[in-house]
Amino acid sequence: MGFLDYAPAPESTSILNLKKSYGLFIGGEFVEGSGPAFATVSPSSEETITMIAQANDADVDKAVVAARGAFSKTWSKMPGSERGKYLFRIARLIQERSRELAIAESLDNGKPIRETRDVDIPLVAAWFFYYAGWADKLEYAGVGNNPQALGVAAQVVPWNFPLLMLAWKIAPALAAGNTVVLKPAETTPLTALLFAEICQQAELPAGVVNIITGAGATGAALVGHPDINKVAFTGSTAVGRGIARNLAGTNTRVTLELGGKGANIIFDDAAIDQAIEGIISGIFFNQGHVCCAGSRLLVQENIHDDVMNRLQSRLSTLRLGDPLDKNTDIGAVNSKAQLDRITEIANSGEAEGATRWSAPCELPAKGFWFPPTVFTNVQTSHRIARDEIFGPVLSVLTFRTPDEAVAKANNTPYGLSAGIWTEKASRMLAIADKLRAGVIWANTFNKFDPASPFGGYKESGYGREGGRHGLAAYLESGNLKGGAK
Amino acid sequence: MSTYTPAVRPTTRSQTVLGGTITEKALKRFLEGIPGVDAVGAQARADGFASRSIKTTSKAWGLDTIISMVDLTTLEGADTPGKVKTLAQKATMPDPMDPSAPSVAAVCVYGDMVAHVRESLGSWHISQRSDGVAIAAVATAFPSGRASLPVKILDTEFAVSEGADEIDMVIDRGAFLSGSWGLVYDQIMAVKEACARPDGSYAHLKVILETGELATLDNVRKASWLAILAGADFIKTSTGKVQPAATLPVTITMLEVIRDWYGLTGEKIGMKPAGGIRASKDALRYLVGVAETVGEDWLTPDLFRFGASSLLNDVVLQRQKMATGHYSGPDYVSVD
Repeated sequence: MGFLDYAPAPESTSILNLKKSYGLFIGGEFVEGSGPAFATVSPSSEETITMIAQANDADVDKAVVAARGAFSKTWSKMPGSERGKYLFRIARLIQERSRELAIAESLDNGKPIRETRDVDIPLVAAWFFYYAGWADKLEYAGVGNNPQALGVAAQVVPWNFPLLMLAWKIAPALAAGNTVVLKPAETTPLTALLFAEICQQAELPAGVVNIITGAGATGAALVGHPDINKVAFTGSTAVGRGIARNLAGTNTRVTLELGGKGANIIFDDAAIDQAIEGIISGIFFNQGHVCCAGSRLLVQENIHDDVMNRLQSRLSTLRLGDPLDKNTDIGAVNSKAQLDRITEIANSGEAEGATRWSAPCELPAKGFWFPPTVFTNVQTSHRIARDEIFGPVLSVLTFRTPDEAVAKANNTPYGLSAGIWTEKASRMLAIADKLRAGVIWANTFNKFDPASPFGGYKESGYGREGGRHGLAAYLESGNLKGGAK
Repeated sequence: MSTYTPAVRPTTRSQTVLGGTITEKALKRFLEGIPGVDAVGAQARADGFASRSIKTTSKAWGLDTIISMVDLTTLEGADTPGKVKTLAQKATMPDPMDPSAPSVAAVCVYGDMVAHVRESLGSWHISQRSDGVAIAAVATAFPSGRASLPVKILDTEFAVSEGADEIDMVIDRGAFLSGSWGLVYDQIMAVKEACARPDGSYAHLKVILETGELATLDNVRKASWLAILAGADFIKTSTGKVQPAATLPVTITMLEVIRDWYGLTGEKIGMKPAGGIRASKDALRYLVGVAETVGEDWLTPDLFRFGASSLLNDVVLQRQKMATGHYSGPDYVSVD
């Protein structure tokens, strides 16, 4: 055994104190769900972690009623500085319980512990700290000098960053004075339920945060409920489109964070070793389950071969395996369904004539796994160049001139993210100006900060989360009457 | 003595990369064409290595490997024969309580101390046994390098004649920073020639870039290429006399040049970070960086060294802890 086969360094799950089953978190208490309970499984072992309640329409209604009551009786009447205290308290509790949350997230989602420990959970805390500071400064949010909360927010989050997406939704909503009903994804409800415990620990007034679990029908009942004022959804473009259709013509505000097919553009004067790292963090971070992933690599044709050689030798050093091992770089795919989808689209790439290369790594026998994969000889018309794969699959295209890079990067129905790698700052700024994407990274990729707004163009959705913009999405001008329906 | 003008003579290596005629202009054009280094990205990569978790068997192997890679160093104005002899003894037996601890790679001293080290090592010298200890001497007006070339050459020749197996030279940072890359290149070549022994063999040449004075990673990368083209067997970060000395991002940047050189020619150049690496934990991070940048082939004293003094005791203490399950203390290792 060589040094590089680092001895196993697994995080222990003994710190977790999970219950055998979890109810719905409504009005500050865990209550039974009316639908049939379902199991949440660990995608790396296919073992059941715990049982989760399923909310039906009546449960959804109870949750909305609890949120409405908390909004009108408590939360909207509380001074911003007091709301801020609760948010700071939640942020500190997240930091205190960060190790436990990181382990639970890795277990439930399949992503490596080094990501949950170093990225997800620190960002979750940062999000609450950031918006806690806003709670008593809402008049500076840019919506007039007497901003008002919207009321009850219905929030549906995906499985790729379960707790982080919860933080993106709940922190600004609460800071602005709204109450929330949130539904985590069916395959990753665990950390949202631990967050419910944190709300209890923080003595957050009952009903301000409600967490309901279930599948698509539960989500549909929530976003279709007549007594909500705002829908915030992160997930697939198809579901987002349905939500927009249903809410058209109503008073309910909507923000949608949907899919993406981000272009990562490598110019021939890039700092090449760092660009290789950027390509990897762009598409192989979180197994590529990232809406803003740099899934299309646009590399200048004259350095294509060199970049591919460097990329392949670097990818060969990535370690795929047990998400709880501290040295794992690539974890498990979140579900069988997702693995099937990735496999199907990857096969279409080969069928359409692209060349497939996968990193030589042994896949564990149990669980859902897909090796880091790179397609070369990809043409703009190929499905792997157009469809969002949401997996560890990179499609490589080439360009000759900066104009061609921009044209190819923008040639997508999506517009969420893009990356530019060049040592020439003037080119960097000129290209960034022409890209139709909500987030553009220069000489880095997949970096997030609560102060920075995040969101997309075109089929990637609308509205912004993060920063002042993310706060404004939960506020209306004081000239309008807030909260009532 | 006339003023030295760079001749920029060809080496086999520079001819491989630059073609037939080697001119200062060609050298300059080549170095200016090398891709840049993004310092933020390099730091992020280093942080990634630092977050690897090296436990149990990997850690045990790593600690022994680190000991075998140490150039145990004393470079003080106050060095005496007695001091270097003590150090040479320690080099052969880093843990007096555990003879199974490996010996270090080399003892590194000033040229005038070489004979004393040689005497003290006796049969432990690398020429006598495969796990023996080599003698490294700093030369070329170490640490500043501010002397005329003839002085630098004499300094080197003297150390080699005294029995130094390895020469740690410094580059002329002033020349490098003023853009006289041909001069830096030529001086390295001249020192390399001064490493020749009468029997035709050469003392191993480590070229110290003094990265703390080069300041940017772009400069570090250029200087690494320059040193390799001119004939370095090893490239080394620092003298230990300038802060910052070795850092992980600097070492990785140099290793990337070594990796690219290997890809280009199949030839393996050695790497030596020196100065500032005091804890076992830090040294293990360097091993991770080496393994994941150039590959495990480099995890041998022939291709990787640590220039250090206090690091050795910390590694020995960690090694004792792994063996016994508890920490001892500074009185359970020898002071030098």
